[in-house]
Amino acid sequence: MFKSMALTPSRTILHLIVLALVLAWTIPTAGILVSSLRDKNLISSSGWWTALSTSERAVTLRLKGAEAQIEENGQFVIKGNIFEDSEDRGTISSWGLGTRDPRANPVGSAVTLEDGQTLAIQQNGDYVFTSPTRFEEGRGQRVSLIKTVPPSFTTENYNSVLHAEGIGRSFLNSLTVTIPATIIPILIAAFAAYALAWMQLPARGFFVAVIVGLLVVPLQLSLIPLLTIYNQAGQALGVTPKGYVGIWLAHTGFGLPFAIYLLRSYIAGLPKDLIESAKVDGANDFRIFTRIVLPLSLPVLASFAIFQFLWVWNDLLVAMVFLGTDNEQLVLTGRLNALLGSRGGQWEILTTSAFITIVVPLVVFFSLQRYFVRGLLAGSVKGG
Amino acid sequence: MLEQVLYALVTILVGVGGCLAYFYGSNLLLDRLFPADAVKHDRAIRNLKVQSTVRPWLFLAPALLFLTLYLIYPAIQTLIWSFFNKDASAFVGLDNYVWAFQDEQFRQSIFNNFLWLLVVPAACTLLGLIIAVLTDRIWWGAIARSLIFLPLAISFVGASVIWKFVYDYRGEGQEQIGLLNAVVTWFGGDPQVWISMPFWNNFFLMVILVWIQTGFATVILGAALRGVPEDTLEAASIDGAGPFKIFYRIMVPQIMPTIIVVWTTITVLVLKVFDIVLTMTNGQWGTQVLANLMYDWMFRGFDYGKSAAIAIIIMVAVLPIMIWNIRQANSEQKGGH
Repeated sequence: MFKSMALTPSRTILHLIVLALVLAWTIPTAGILVSSLRDKNLISSSGWWTALSTSERAVTLRLKGAEAQIEENGQFVIKGNIFEDSEDRGTISSWGLGTRDPRANPVGSAVTLEDGQTLAIQQNGDYVFTSPTRFEEGRGQRVSLIKTVPPSFTTENYNSVLHAEGIGRSFLNSLTVTIPATIIPILIAAFAAYALAWMQLPARGFFVAVIVGLLVVPLQLSLIPLLTIYNQAGQALGVTPKGYVGIWLAHTGFGLPFAIYLLRSYIAGLPKDLIESAKVDGANDFRIFTRIVLPLSLPVLASFAIFQFLWVWNDLLVAMVFLGTDNEQLVLTGRLNALLGSRGGQWEILTTSAFITIVVPLVVFFSLQRYFVRGLLAGSVKGG
Repeated sequence: MLEQVLYALVTILVGVGGCLAYFYGSNLLLDRLFPADAVKHDRAIRNLKVQSTVRPWLFLAPALLFLTLYLIYPAIQTLIWSFFNKDASAFVGLDNYVWAFQDEQFRQSIFNNFLWLLVVPAACTLLGLIIAVLTDRIWWGAIARSLIFLPLAISFVGASVIWKFVYDYRGEGQEQIGLLNAVVTWFGGDPQVWISMPFWNNFFLMVILVWIQTGFATVILGAALRGVPEDTLEAASIDGAGPFKIFYRIMVPQIMPTIIVVWTTITVLVLKVFDIVLTMTNGQWGTQVLANLMYDWMFRGFDYGKSAAIAIIIMVAVLPIMIWNIRQANSEQKGGH
């Protein structure tokens, strides 16, 4: 199919449709990324899509009290900046006296109030409050303002989530689970795949059929008996049944059907001459496998490694069953699930934790997308 | 913490080292026990035969062990336990299955699973097909595809948080911070509590899985579409067929096998869907599905019998796809070498 750059009306529509689809697919993720970088009060008071625009907020602040007044030309004056005591500044667009309409008076010019008093407030918050008579003792005059706040982002949420919510710990747990569970099955699967692709084996077809069948077996089928075995083994060995070794082996077992299937279809596709001529030269299968097949299979091994990494990192079920839901051993997905329960409405915690959870897969995915796609295609289209 | 890192490193070394030691050692042992050289000719031939008979099994043994221990044996055990009571101490026949089909929750789950099966694979495949065709015609198609593909890397739990934020609800009059309610109120509608809206909330959960899986469908179907011979398409367009006709009369039939693969893969995934329902609603408000119900009975009801029966029912639903896949693989094997 040819790709043309010229923009005809129908091509413009095509571009717009694709753009709409891409936006629909990316906006939800953008929402949590943007939110995780916003102030927690802002998250709960305005939509994340307003984060990049300057936002208007109504606030009520106090002028200084009577003790700050000075006498100038027979008038009593209180001067200062209205933001003096508050941390977040902004640009004032209008103000009103007391708690009344904050849009009543514009900034800049002096406005005459009751009793001949005048008040002028500048954009930056500087004010001059004058009165013909002495200000009465007491707290300062209340003023409500409309102020516009420039977009601001903070990494505060990340600081607090990594330390206070145990996300940092879970991150380490996830790595501890994922890396061995990715590496261990590769070698086992590669040997099996070679045997099923190139070696003389009775009932080879049967084994391949079993692997294909096991590809779709729901994990749920394995959980209860495995848990029982683990408990018994734990008792016999005097260790806790819910540990890292258990989950590594479980992920290895669950990942093997796909690993063998994927690797076999690749290895079976290697040139026949290559392997036959090595055999004629007197090399045995072990040598052929380690010297010829394994180096040639590196791309597909990488594909599988990415799959398994993403699978294990993103898994919740196996982790909950075999590691349990103890605070100490929670992996990221489990932690996020727990936070959804305990921190229901606190979006600053949830969005930040969610982003930390997905950032590793996203990096892996973007840097190794080519291998990932190749594996996906080999695993589902060719087969056999 | 440091201890944990060391522990992990040591296990990687022990695990990988153990594997290497096994494969290398067992093969070396075979070569030593039945040497092919440095012996008389006929003995060498006999030893070579022994070697080539034994060696495949050495290669396969660890994999077979794992598959048996982690998948085959547990599957059989689960089937047996589905005929036993709560703690697997007494045979109860079909009681668990009879219970299941009379249980309100279970019926709800079956019904919901059925809805998921109807909607999600169809939606993913259709959207994937459309996106694959459209992105193939524009210069930034690859970027568009990879952005749509991106959710595939996100965990179901992470996706649930993302979408829970989209569906967030604030009382009327308050500013909506959930995107969906913001859009609805912008158009003058009333904000809704999408997650607990009877019946329709199922579809709001399905959106999440469709969002994740469409990228998968796009990539696979896109590759298949690029495999449709250029000549066929040209011939059709010379014969005066419009783009839509070319699409559903020529392209779709040509890639039908791939469409079936995508459809069945997502179907199997749908039957196992657990994380999304657990994290979004935990089965409340009429959104229960089989996989989550099974987890409930296992870890909250502590009833192995009922839990096993539900697992078997999920397996029965997958069975036709499994058989079809095996047949497909067998016929390809006969065609291949």
